[in-house]
Amino acid sequence: MIEERFDAIVVGAGMAGNAAALTMAKRGMKVLQLERGEYPGSKNVQGAILYADMMEKLIPEFREEAPLERHLIEQRFWIMDDRSHVGMHYRSDDFNEERPNRYTIIRAQFDKWFSSKVREAGATVLCETTVTDLVRDERERIVGVRTDRRDGEIHADVVVLAEGVNGLLGTRAGLRARPTPDNVALAVKEMHFLPRETIEARFNLKGDEGVVIEAAGTISRGMTGMGFIYANKECISLGIGCLVADFQRTGQTPYGLLDQFKSHPSVAPLIVGSEVKEYSAHLIPEGGYKSIPQLYGEGWVVVGDAAQLNNAIHREGSNLAMTSGRIAAEAIGLVKSRGEPMTATNLSIYKKMLDDSFVIKDLKKYKDLPPLMHTQSQNFFLTYPQLISKAMQNFVRVDGTPKAEKEKATLKSFVKARSWTGLFGDACRFARAWR
Amino acid sequence: MNAEPPVRVEDKLYYNRYLVDIGNPHVKVRAHTTPSPQLLALLKACPARCYELNDDGQVEITVDGCIECGTCRVIAEPTGDIQWTHPRGGYGVLFKFG
Repeated sequence: MIEERFDAIVVGAGMAGNAAALTMAKRGMKVLQLERGEYPGSKNVQGAILYADMMEKLIPEFREEAPLERHLIEQRFWIMDDRSHVGMHYRSDDFNEERPNRYTIIRAQFDKWFSSKVREAGATVLCETTVTDLVRDERERIVGVRTDRRDGEIHADVVVLAEGVNGLLGTRAGLRARPTPDNVALAVKEMHFLPRETIEARFNLKGDEGVVIEAAGTISRGMTGMGFIYANKECISLGIGCLVADFQRTGQTPYGLLDQFKSHPSVAPLIVGSEVKEYSAHLIPEGGYKSIPQLYGEGWVVVGDAAQLNNAIHREGSNLAMTSGRIAAEAIGLVKSRGEPMTATNLSIYKKMLDDSFVIKDLKKYKDLPPLMHTQSQNFFLTYPQLISKAMQNFVRVDGTPKAEKEKATLKSFVKARSWTGLFGDACRFARAWR
Repeated sequence: MNAEPPVRVEDKLYYNRYLVDIGNPHVKVRAHTTPSPQLLALLKACPARCYELNDDGQVEITVDGCIECGTCRVIAEPTGDIQWTHPRGGYGVLFKFG
């Protein structure tokens, strides 16, 4: 056993863990952070978009040092059928600002840098160390962790579980349930390398400007899912994810879906000639507000993906992770500064602070959307995209048919596919869940 | 949609870096005679196609190409069909980009 005792042990060096470790170390707490990867970032997978506001709250000057890819000036939403996409694009020169709002990043590189700041702040970061168990005292309080290193038991006043969506510790210890197939999505991703100029030409960009495409429709073959294409400096992150329950139910393969997405006529020209350098996969929490577990207890808190803190509608996760990590650390700092023990009662302040932040407020706003999307996936991801595409084609194709007849045909196709009550019901259900 | 195009997952995995913990697999399949629906689902759902059917119709796993997503854990750990743990520190997939 390691005799040294810590104020806090942070399990995991992703966004949430780094935010927590940094915040506590900056407060002068004695922090040990444990990471199973070869280096911080080597097990971490994300699209990835970095949200500047939440990063600034941790490291105000990050723009000068962090390995950033492109600042986003354009967002494209695509509704796809097999041969077409209907797009809504928002591009603004406002995003070419001094302190841009969103960036694409490459997680393995970014996290390595982020971790260097954690070390600089004074935390001890131990990599290549898998935490195998939580240690409890005779009163069942969490008092430390056991690792796969020989002298494995380490004690601390509080353990911050930042172990990610697939974290084993919390579930093994009965602190929260294992994710279920209907509250996590499996996303697969490839990194496609191309010369910088080629990427800029294909995406209509100059300098470090960036664009992201989020796509939904028949690419997920009736499953609840989305595709994404993010422009980095010299590569394109491209991937697709669907609910695990849908994969299980349909027998679709993730790589089959990915390759079909890549060969879609709207996507293929963007990546033609690229060199693929990595294939990764990751689970994404999709359950929203209703799947958030107990967030604190005797001697522990849980943050980030491990706590299912992900906004599936806005595709935001890393910002919720770093914010929950920071807030948990501030809560722990508060308890410590009062000289009080890390009991569940005292740590409950973390939940109160999180409830008051955008993290829980946003998840609460959309609390009914995940179940709606998950049960109506055929309609939202197959039927409607096909109808919308047909409607658009009907609108733009000039073939001598009078416009009134075209409109009638479009309306008829919607009613035929979903019926008046179906259309009305879908609209109401969607509006109610969005509200 | 047309029939699935042939996808060679092994070609995709070839891009990745791994440090394989030889003789110490982090995921194990429980011995069985007939696979459960959950185990059978893994043949398709695993993004690294680590699960294969052997000649006797049982599901086997080779973890060398595992990208540690946890999908199989979510599907087949609750039924006891598989045992899932993280690889030892430093082992397993080593993402360059992530």
